[in-house]
Amino acid sequence: MVNFDKVTFEYIRRDEEGNVESINKALDEIDLDVKKGDFIAILGANGSGKSTLARHINALLTPTEGTVYIEGLDSKDEDNHLKIRQKTGMVFQNPDNQIIASLVEEDVGFGPENIGVPTKEIWERVAFALDKVGMTAYREKSPNNLSGGQKQRVAIAGILAMKPECIVLDEPTAMLDPKGRREVIETITELNKNEDITIILITHYMTEVIGADKIFVMNKGNIKLSGTPREIFKEVDLLKEYQLDVPQVTEIAHRLRQKGMNLPECVLTVDELVEALATGDRG
Amino acid sequence: MLRDLTIGQYYPVESVIHRLDPRTKFLGTIIFIVALFLFKTFWGFLLAGGFIVSIIALAKLPPKYVLKGMRPIIFLLLFMMIFNLLLTPGEVIGEWWIFSVTKEGIYSALFMGLRLIMLVLGSSIMTYTTTPNNLTSGMESVFGFLKVFKVPVHELAMMVSIALRFIPILMEETNKIMKAQQARGADFETGGPIKRAKALIPILVPLFVSAFRRAGELAEAMEARCYHGGDGRTKMKPLKYHKRDLVAYLVLVGIVVGEIFIP
Repeated sequence: MVNFDKVTFEYIRRDEEGNVESINKALDEIDLDVKKGDFIAILGANGSGKSTLARHINALLTPTEGTVYIEGLDSKDEDNHLKIRQKTGMVFQNPDNQIIASLVEEDVGFGPENIGVPTKEIWERVAFALDKVGMTAYREKSPNNLSGGQKQRVAIAGILAMKPECIVLDEPTAMLDPKGRREVIETITELNKNEDITIILITHYMTEVIGADKIFVMNKGNIKLSGTPREIFKEVDLLKEYQLDVPQVTEIAHRLRQKGMNLPECVLTVDELVEALATGDRG
Repeated sequence: MLRDLTIGQYYPVESVIHRLDPRTKFLGTIIFIVALFLFKTFWGFLLAGGFIVSIIALAKLPPKYVLKGMRPIIFLLLFMMIFNLLLTPGEVIGEWWIFSVTKEGIYSALFMGLRLIMLVLGSSIMTYTTTPNNLTSGMESVFGFLKVFKVPVHELAMMVSIALRFIPILMEETNKIMKAQQARGADFETGGPIKRAKALIPILVPLFVSAFRRAGELAEAMEARCYHGGDGRTKMKPLKYHKRDLVAYLVLVGIVVGEIFIP
């Protein structure tokens, strides 16, 4: 449903006379193919181009070269933008700066209002979306009194009310405490399983992506690695080179293996490690 | 300092006045203000005053809360009353230095003062009983006719409602910045007015920078949610007149007629 074909994007800096000062290639001939219903994670350090990539999926940015197709719609054509944005919603990093209204329910209704949904159906959609993210009890509250995790869930509900097929989340947990982080990840995991909504999660927290179907690792505008979490986290040393950390358990298991212990090649959870240590022969 | 700023904050209780259509309240306030300038005698004041007191009671607003909201205008009120008292020519009652107090002056000061109080009361009741969002959609609808003259009514209303949403956030941010600067030895509390004004610069600069960054991010988020101006937009809470609004209009007409014909 999301297709990138040799997508290049350049940030061009110009001086006051309009001469090109420097060109920064944020994306360099990216090919990407996301299928409907997938849970995709995109990992990368700061400045790796992952946020630029996210903004292409929502047609907030359009490629300098190459083409982005969202369900067959070319993002270069401005007439497609509204349709693309309805199909692929986007959740941003800062929860405060994406909530528009002074009441939770009115904020969730903002998207449907924009795409011209009839009043009665807006109310149904708002009720549905708030129920899905577990925020129905707060519908008449002010967003200012919510915790960070709750605000992000309201933002997700706001997207959900537009009936998207795909939700792109650009570091949605970066400004949250551990509890809020868990709430957000649980919510999107459920949406992916129960509503069959494609999730594209952009993050640099490794522990959040263990449940993903496929992971892409970005560095300097390129996709360096792609595969299942197990395949990716094997490459502990390579990930370090891209300034990324593997989950703590994986790291411990990796080091124990280096010391000569007989452990599976990639351990993702504490339980797995305990199991492996208990049953495996000690070499 | 900035913390005490409460521009007619919405007071959430259930009441008939709260449930009135925002257009009724907006137009009603304007009609009431006009009516305030129609009366010339004590009886007219009694009618307007009785009306405003009964509205406050109907809206279930605590009188203390309402009076607290009047604090910012005390200075203006005194200023206006003293000038009226001393500078109105007419039948002299008492004299002091170059000033003279006249009978007309006392009347004029009294009535101007009462008018100002009721004017502010009337308009703050509107903001006390109407949520910001209702207020902006009411204004959008009342001023809707200006669209014919290419005035971007929807966009203006959207700007107002976003501004209202961000006031508390920016206040909190101001406090944070102030504390951060104080932690590094900044002094906002002592010195003359010029020194104090200068001390505000290190607060305002980061505040502005962050406000612009917020604005950029918010614009992006709105665009991502398909916002494209007022065209083809539906409303989650469309405005609808009820019977109570008709009653309210009738009462207002009654007040205006009363103010005109009262001796």
